[in-house]
Amino acid sequence: MHALFLAWQYLVFNKLRSLTLVACVTLIAVLPLSLEVLLDESERQLLSRAQSTPLLLGARRSALDLVMNALYFDDEVPELISMLAVDELLAMDLAEPLPLYTRFNARDFPIVGTTLDYFDFRGLKLAQGRQMAVLGEIVLGASVAESLNLKPGDNLLSSPQTVFDLAGIYPLKMKVVGLLERSHTPDDLAVFADVKTTWVIEGLGHGHQDVSQLTDETLIMQRSEKGVVASPKLFQYNEITADNIDSFHFHGDAAEYPLTAVIVIPDDTRSSTILRGRYLEAAGMHQVVLPEKVIDGLLQNIFRIKNVLDAVVVLVGTATLLALLLVFALSLRLRQRELHTIFKLGCSRATTVYLLAAEILIIGLIAGALCVALLYVVDGYSSDLVRTLFIN
Amino acid sequence: MLSVRALEFDYADSDFALAIESLEVAAGEKVAVIGPSGSGKTTLLNLASGIIKSERGSITVADTQIERLSDAQRRDFRINNIGFVFQDFELIDYLNVFDNIIHPYRISRALKLTAGVKQRARELAGRADIGDKLGRYTGELSQGEKQRVAICRALLPGPKLVFADEATGNLDPRNKGRILDLLFDSVAEHGATLLAVTHDHELLPRFDRVVDFLQFHAPGPT
Repeated sequence: MHALFLAWQYLVFNKLRSLTLVACVTLIAVLPLSLEVLLDESERQLLSRAQSTPLLLGARRSALDLVMNALYFDDEVPELISMLAVDELLAMDLAEPLPLYTRFNARDFPIVGTTLDYFDFRGLKLAQGRQMAVLGEIVLGASVAESLNLKPGDNLLSSPQTVFDLAGIYPLKMKVVGLLERSHTPDDLAVFADVKTTWVIEGLGHGHQDVSQLTDETLIMQRSEKGVVASPKLFQYNEITADNIDSFHFHGDAAEYPLTAVIVIPDDTRSSTILRGRYLEAAGMHQVVLPEKVIDGLLQNIFRIKNVLDAVVVLVGTATLLALLLVFALSLRLRQRELHTIFKLGCSRATTVYLLAAEILIIGLIAGALCVALLYVVDGYSSDLVRTLFIN
Repeated sequence: MLSVRALEFDYADSDFALAIESLEVAAGEKVAVIGPSGSGKTTLLNLASGIIKSERGSITVADTQIERLSDAQRRDFRINNIGFVFQDFELIDYLNVFDNIIHPYRISRALKLTAGVKQRARELAGRADIGDKLGRYTGELSQGEKQRVAICRALLPGPKLVFADEATGNLDPRNKGRILDLLFDSVAEHGATLLAVTHDHELLPRFDRVVDFLQFHAPGPT
């Protein structure tokens, strides 16, 4: 007990040195362990999300981009496909298709254009408000609502694609009608809208004054028996309201409207096998992937990188421990006079060793406690940390 | 109390040599040890307290021949019989005054730290006029206060023999007198023997006897 008391007094008196040693030891221990916790959590999250998504249909390009965008709403937008892919799937009558258009953002959160079936498929429940019913209405993931402090009745503007592209995509003021319960999945970080709303954001659909009622001739380019062609000066609505919703309409062939992916829910295993076989042809424009297989491949790469990281951590840890030993040895040299004094006062060599060991023990215990506390925090926030650091 | 016979000692790689044919100090005697620097005064105190060991001659303290004891026995003997006031105080900077005084009890199994010992440490500090500074670190003390802490530490176990190595060195005249008063009073109270190394000839009349080390300084080995 005296050894611990004296060691504690020494460490308290030399606060800076002691804190530096504690910080070094804590970092050496906590870094690889935190990485382990985060990688385990990322594996769990990635796999569970992938395992709960039977098949994904998308453009025949990077399967990883497709999966990361469709499942985790990654910023990297895959090659676009069209609604025709959904029509074809429906015609096969083997699966239920859930269209996804995940290309736009609202204040750094992804806008996910989909259908109401998506919420049933993911088991997402409303915490407040109601489901989206008409164009321009959105439902927010729990983290989005919390982060932006939004509630039903508030509005959210979609972000312009680029500020300098005057002919580009303009912001749409969307109305928040519901907030989702926290699901601890990427859905918490998403803004959900009907897929048609995302097409309005893209400019494929719009609303404006009734051109047949226009009296201002400067707004008319051409008037004929076939119809009226308005000039670009014509005011277009950037918000969908009860008063102007009827003026909203879409141009072009609906089958050609874009999507980023289609979640495919096969009726049964046989349907799944048939579907996968039909999209195997290399000449086809579309591919059907098994998200679990794609993520599994990604994880294999992550764990190869982790092995390299582990080796680096071991090397850095060894170097730091050697540096700590050097610091300790130098500190012993500086304390020669003190050690000689306690020898003259009657301290045996064994007691001297106990005193020094007690200092190391206390530093180790404090570093260990800090390490446990930090790991507890990392573990508690691992779900959010993984989504923030790795997945998004 | 202290008997030195035919003692010869030298340090390796040094031309220093100490040769004492005979030195006797009676119990309760207060002896001043004088001599030029390097004449072996501190070396004798270190030899007599068993901190270093001589291969030639004999030193007997309280009927115990020091050189016949093992390292551990010499250490225990020193703890139980000798109080040493070191040159330059040799206090522990990370301990406060009170913990410095009781420090030998915390680092030695031969001494048991009890409530009585702590009470005695407080009383001793009070008599040394540092009772109100028990919670201070030694870095906050004056030279005189540090020396009083060192004396309290040496006297706390109630030693039979007290060695003071230039206990009044670097002190102003007023503090020298107070330190010597403290040493003499404490030694008298315990009936202990005092062997004090000093360069201060003004203090010599207060001692029972003066031993001049000029007589013991032998020519060094060639």
